[in-house]
Amino acid sequence: MSFLGKLTLESIPYHEPIIMVTLAAVAIIGVIIAALITKHQKWGVLWHDWLTSVDHKKLGIMYIVLAMVMLVRGFSDAIMMRTQQALATNGAAGYLPPEHYDQIFTAHGVIMIIFMAMPFMIGLMNLVVPLQIGARDVAFPFLNNLSFWLTTSGAVLINISLGLGEFAKTGWVAYPPLSELAYSPGVGVDYYIWALQISGIGTTLTGVNFIATVLKMRAPGMKLMQMPIFTWACTWANVLIVASFPILTAVLGMLTLDRYLDFHFFTNDGGGNAMMYINLFWAWGHPEVYILVLPAFGIFSEVFSTFTSKRLFGYTSMVWATGAISVLGFIVWLHHFFTMGSSANVNAFFGVMTMVIAVPTGVKLFNWLFTIYRGRLRFTVPVLWSLGFMVTFTIGGMTGVLLALPGADYVLHNSLFLIAHFHNTIIGGAVFGYMAGFAYWFPKAMGFTLNERLGKASFWCWQIGFYVAFMPLYVLGFMGMTRRINHTDNPAWNFWLYFAVVGAFIILVGIILQFVQLYVSFRDREQNLDTTGDPWNGHTLEWSTSSPPQFYNFAQLDPVTDIDAFTDMKEKGTAYQRRETYQPIHMPKNTASGIAMAACITAMGFAAIWHIWWLAIVGFAGTFVLFLLRAYDNDVDYYVQPDEVARIENAHLDNVARGR
Amino acid sequence: MSNAYASHGEGDFSASVKSYLVGFVLSVVLTGIPFWSVMTHQFDHMTTLWVVVITALVQIVVHLKYFLHLDFSKEGRINTFSFLFTALIIVMVVGLSVWIIYAANELMM
Repeated sequence: MSFLGKLTLESIPYHEPIIMVTLAAVAIIGVIIAALITKHQKWGVLWHDWLTSVDHKKLGIMYIVLAMVMLVRGFSDAIMMRTQQALATNGAAGYLPPEHYDQIFTAHGVIMIIFMAMPFMIGLMNLVVPLQIGARDVAFPFLNNLSFWLTTSGAVLINISLGLGEFAKTGWVAYPPLSELAYSPGVGVDYYIWALQISGIGTTLTGVNFIATVLKMRAPGMKLMQMPIFTWACTWANVLIVASFPILTAVLGMLTLDRYLDFHFFTNDGGGNAMMYINLFWAWGHPEVYILVLPAFGIFSEVFSTFTSKRLFGYTSMVWATGAISVLGFIVWLHHFFTMGSSANVNAFFGVMTMVIAVPTGVKLFNWLFTIYRGRLRFTVPVLWSLGFMVTFTIGGMTGVLLALPGADYVLHNSLFLIAHFHNTIIGGAVFGYMAGFAYWFPKAMGFTLNERLGKASFWCWQIGFYVAFMPLYVLGFMGMTRRINHTDNPAWNFWLYFAVVGAFIILVGIILQFVQLYVSFRDREQNLDTTGDPWNGHTLEWSTSSPPQFYNFAQLDPVTDIDAFTDMKEKGTAYQRRETYQPIHMPKNTASGIAMAACITAMGFAAIWHIWWLAIVGFAGTFVLFLLRAYDNDVDYYVQPDEVARIENAHLDNVARGR
Repeated sequence: MSNAYASHGEGDFSASVKSYLVGFVLSVVLTGIPFWSVMTHQFDHMTTLWVVVITALVQIVVHLKYFLHLDFSKEGRINTFSFLFTALIIVMVVGLSVWIIYAANELMM
């Protein structure tokens, strides 16, 4: 075995012009960003205030930046697949050879779920949940930083696979026996395993952290059934994370043993059973989609409540409906593999359960409708996303109930109908929700509001583009076209494939408009400053802080007595109180341990992928030593003195007084 | 940290020792009964199996109550509920997985 394991110069795909151009573009953008940071002398700020920060608000912003970068990568994959399928009709080969195309659809799925949607959701959760419950930070701030860097570590590995070696060609589920060594001897599946494994551990730690936070760090007087609805939705999502991610860790661990140490968990021979992988993968995978969508439901609830200036209709039923979805979400997973051919009773049970889970979701939709009813809905950008969601998600939900019939599923399994269905729910449900949340909490995070015109334009591009891109896939599914096809030779399909690619380009315009919106809003920020900290007349505690919030969040809070705690304070006239004295505030110190540990783990993962065993040992040992150093470090906190707190609080209150 | 200790710690140290002792004695008894019934062939085969299963289940509850201190008091409730939730999920996921794989296996015979 050579010094660099399987890694050679041949591992760089320099004969692939598409990849080389992409890498060159990424390198140029990287150099430009580095040059800009150097020019404005921001390296110190970047390191001390951001990369090593344990502040949940900054981690939240970094998660969302990661999600946006990965959205660009995942969407590039998407538009390449759509153009390939539009070009490769009538037996033409198109421009993507099969082995490259297969990597693209795998990367698209993994990136969009694990490295776009999850960081976006966790980013919003980081930003908002501690503020909504009146906490100073999460329960374990350093762990939070480590979770972020572990997620980033996975994202780094998956991006390295673009320029070094290959990515998995198995589809994002990596079913064995295809993902076993016998049929995927390259490094692609290993990239998949390590990227998911490392980021998955980060996600599990986030779940633990946030459950501890909502249980132990709520504002004085805030009962569990008085937590804001977004916090409740996130709490259920975290329960699902803690209960389901270990299954993914275990199943990936078993696949690792199969590939590295010649085990036979899922192989064809030696008594392996590939069905068990499929079973365990979806026992994680189905709760995972609820992990993505439940917080989005929470966002819609906050948005409708705020922008109708009403209390949310049916708070209690909303909390319990979310809980019911969380439990039921654990007993529907077989609907992903009805065609595996378990018994009729098994299929019937899971089919019925899948239909049952539509009921609590329906409860939520009616709650939102009744919240809007007789309210004065302000048509802001978050509201547009939320209304777009209600229509789009309902269609996606109905096609889901259709697929829940095992008989229908046998016809539609692995067809483009399925692809249309889950994009219908994930884009129309989760992504629209995150976009709504992004526009809604952006002023809180950054201190200025986003440009409304561009935001609305972007929404309409996404909304229209979605229908143009995905409705044809329902038709193609009925016509018998299966997923992951490299080229086709059926004239009847051509029209719909051309139709769908137009939709992808409309969504592209929507994404570009979002970046333009960010740029324009940043340029004009002086005119759009949010000085009061409460731009929408919000209901919950996050709006009682300044924008961006004080780094310690809250100097002092009166006992909370209502679900809409901030509305309650405003009505009683206790909001924006000036206090005579403040207590010292206990705060965690920033630390480089998280990024250093994640760097070692990245090195370990990379080494394991390429069989560079000495580096794997160094990476693992480094992680462990850094962990010990951190564990024995006692210099981890400090106190903010009352005079500084008073100065910051008074500055905020002066701003509020001027703004109103 | 002082708060965490106050709930069941130094203050009621003797009560805590008592709870561990009660738990220990009950565990010994609940292990002794099935051991005795198996070794001495007191009952027929089915009855012996049921004795073993039932005392084992009772012993799980004893461990949860006396060693893990799960109860429905105001402070302990959240631990109990998270335990019950975890148990529910494990029973559902493992139970249904076994059903799925065995049913599939039968059709492949």
